[in-house]
This record gives sequence, C-alpha cells and structure tokens, in this order.
Amino acid sequence: MTVVQIIALAAVAVGGGAVALVRDPLRLTLLLGIYGMTLVFLFFSFQAPDVALSEIVVGSIGLPVIVLATLRKLADQERAHETDRDAGD
Amino acid sequence: MRPTGTPVTRRARLTLFALAGPGLAAVLVIGLRGLPAFGDYHAVYGLVVTGVALSMRHATDLVTAVNFDLRAFDTLGEEYILFASVLGVTLLLRVMREEDEEYSVARHDMYGSSDAVRMLALLLVPLMVALGIYLVIHGQLTPGGGFQGGIVLAAAPAAIMLAGRYVEVKALAPTWAVEATEAIGAAGYALLGLGGLVFASVYLRNFLPAGNAGQLLSAGFMPLNSIAVGLEVMGAFLVAWTAFLDQALLIRRRRRGNQ
Repeated sequence: MTVVQIIALAAVAVGGGAVALVRDPLRLTLLLGIYGMTLVFLFFSFQAPDVALSEIVVGSIGLPVIVLATLRKLADQERAHETDRDAGD
Repeated sequence: MRPTGTPVTRRARLTLFALAGPGLAAVLVIGLRGLPAFGDYHAVYGLVVTGVALSMRHATDLVTAVNFDLRAFDTLGEEYILFASVLGVTLLLRVMREEDEEYSVARHDMYGSSDAVRMLALLLVPLMVALGIYLVIHGQLTPGGGFQGGIVLAAAPAAIMLAGRYVEVKALAPTWAVEATEAIGAAGYALLGLGGLVFASVYLRNFLPAGNAGQLLSAGFMPLNSIAVGLEVMGAFLVAWTAFLDQALLIRRRRRGNQ
C-alpha cells in the first residue's frame, strides 16, 4: 500500500466519522460534499478513475442539490404551518 | 404529527449496544481475517477481460468494455433501474391539488446570487458541456463513458441554476425536452440490443466492426451504447433535479384564505 492510499483511507475515515457525528442537516449536506471528494481521492488512488469520475458529480452536485431542495421545502412548510396556526388563533 | 409511544431511553440503547457490539466486532474480525492480502487478486474474470477487451474488442478502457459490451445486458438493467426510480420521483413530487406552481414568478428566492457566482457559472457551463461530450464519446478509449459524461452534462444546467436563473433553466430545457432525452436514451440502448439480435443473432452482442484500437470510431457498438446511456443519464438527473427544485422554489401551498 502506498502512502497516497493510506492518506486517502485516513481522509475517508475522518470524513465518514464527521458525517456521522454532525447533527445539523444543512452543515451535514456541505460535509457530505466534502466527504464525497475524499471518496473521489480514494477511488483515484486505488486506480479506479471511472468510479472517481462518477463520484465527483454524484457526490458534489447530484446528492447535495436534492438534499438542499428538500431541506428548503421542509423549512417553507414549517413556516406556512406556523402562519396558518397564527391566523387561526 | 407527533410520534406516539414511550421514547427509547439512553439506558436501553446502551444496553442493546453492549449486547450487539461485541457480536458485530467478532463477526468483523473473523471476516477480515479471511480476506486475501492487500493487492492479492484471485479472480479469473479480470484476467479474462484484460485479455479479451483489447485483442477482440479493440477497446482501451476496460471498464467501458465490460459495461457496454462484455456485460452489456447488466447495464440495460441498471439503466432501467435509474429510469424507474426517476419515474417514481416525478410521481411522488407532482403538483398536488392544494398546491400552486408559480411559473410566473421570475424572481424566485435564489434570484439574487452574487456577480462572482454568476461569472463562475458562465465559465463553468461551456467547460462542463465540453467535458461531458468528451467523456461520452471517448468512453471506449479513456476513463469515463456514458454515465460519467451524462452527469457532467446534467451538471451544466445546474450551474445556471446556481447563478440564480432557475426559471431560465426551465425555459432553456423545458420538461418535455428533458423527458424526451431520457426516453430516447433508454429506448436507444434497448434498440441497440435489438440490433445485436438482428445482425449477430444475440441480444446486445456487438454487430459493428471493431476498427483500429485507439481511434474515436472503434470498439464496435460501444460508442453508440455510450451515447445512449449518456442521454438517458443526463435526462434522468435533470428530471429528478427539476422535480426537487420545482418543489423547493416554485410550488407553494395555497393559502387557506384563497380556497
């Protein structure tokens, strides 16, 4: 195992742990993107450039866009719910 | 709506973990001890692919050779998994009866992005389109292929969206066009398989000349498969993203008073 591969594995371990520990969804989404980039580095260092290429886009744009849109919608709904309740009182 | 029933206490969780943790650790240790050494390769499949892909199929990227020729039928299944899941997403995120879609709203919430972000998006869009097309058509030569190229192509409109022009993205790539792209890609791959059935008597078998290894038009029908998958993946990601972003940016629940 080369030094680059060991660094990549360590980065993935740290990134994965951080993703599991952070509770705030918004911060989590950004962290997930960074974790995706460490995975790209891992795949590339283990000579799987095809997988690395897919992971760049899926991890840094594909997934975050969907999660951020969902968070946005949830926040909107909560706000609408509150105004409805205030209007009803 | 609040969940009912008593919540799980921290004590109960820890007890459960104390019981399950050592068991999991034991299974992991036993499993890891049985693994071959790092870098040891025992399987035959990889060796066969290495021998066959270049000599018989004239493809220099083995992953593409596996995905789009040697194991093309699996890719058909994967492609339709993506197709079906995107179908499910659009079905779940459709505009509901008590909701309004505000297409007329030109100034949605992300409208006011900074000049730097908009400049960056302007630079990124042509680069992404070029890289995406390159990845799709060079699949059989260098790392990449239909899937990777397709998502890069789908990310180009996403950059316009980041620049705060989501409504313009909808005008530039209307839903019917994106859906048609996805459908053409999915159907195209299946039809290329039929070509194999007609010209080589086996579904999804290569029926085009292999050409000279290393040239753009080589490796039989791999480039065509790659283009079909590229269109499908680009369409699928755009359909899924716009379904989510419509929900987040354009679709609002009707106010109670307006009903």
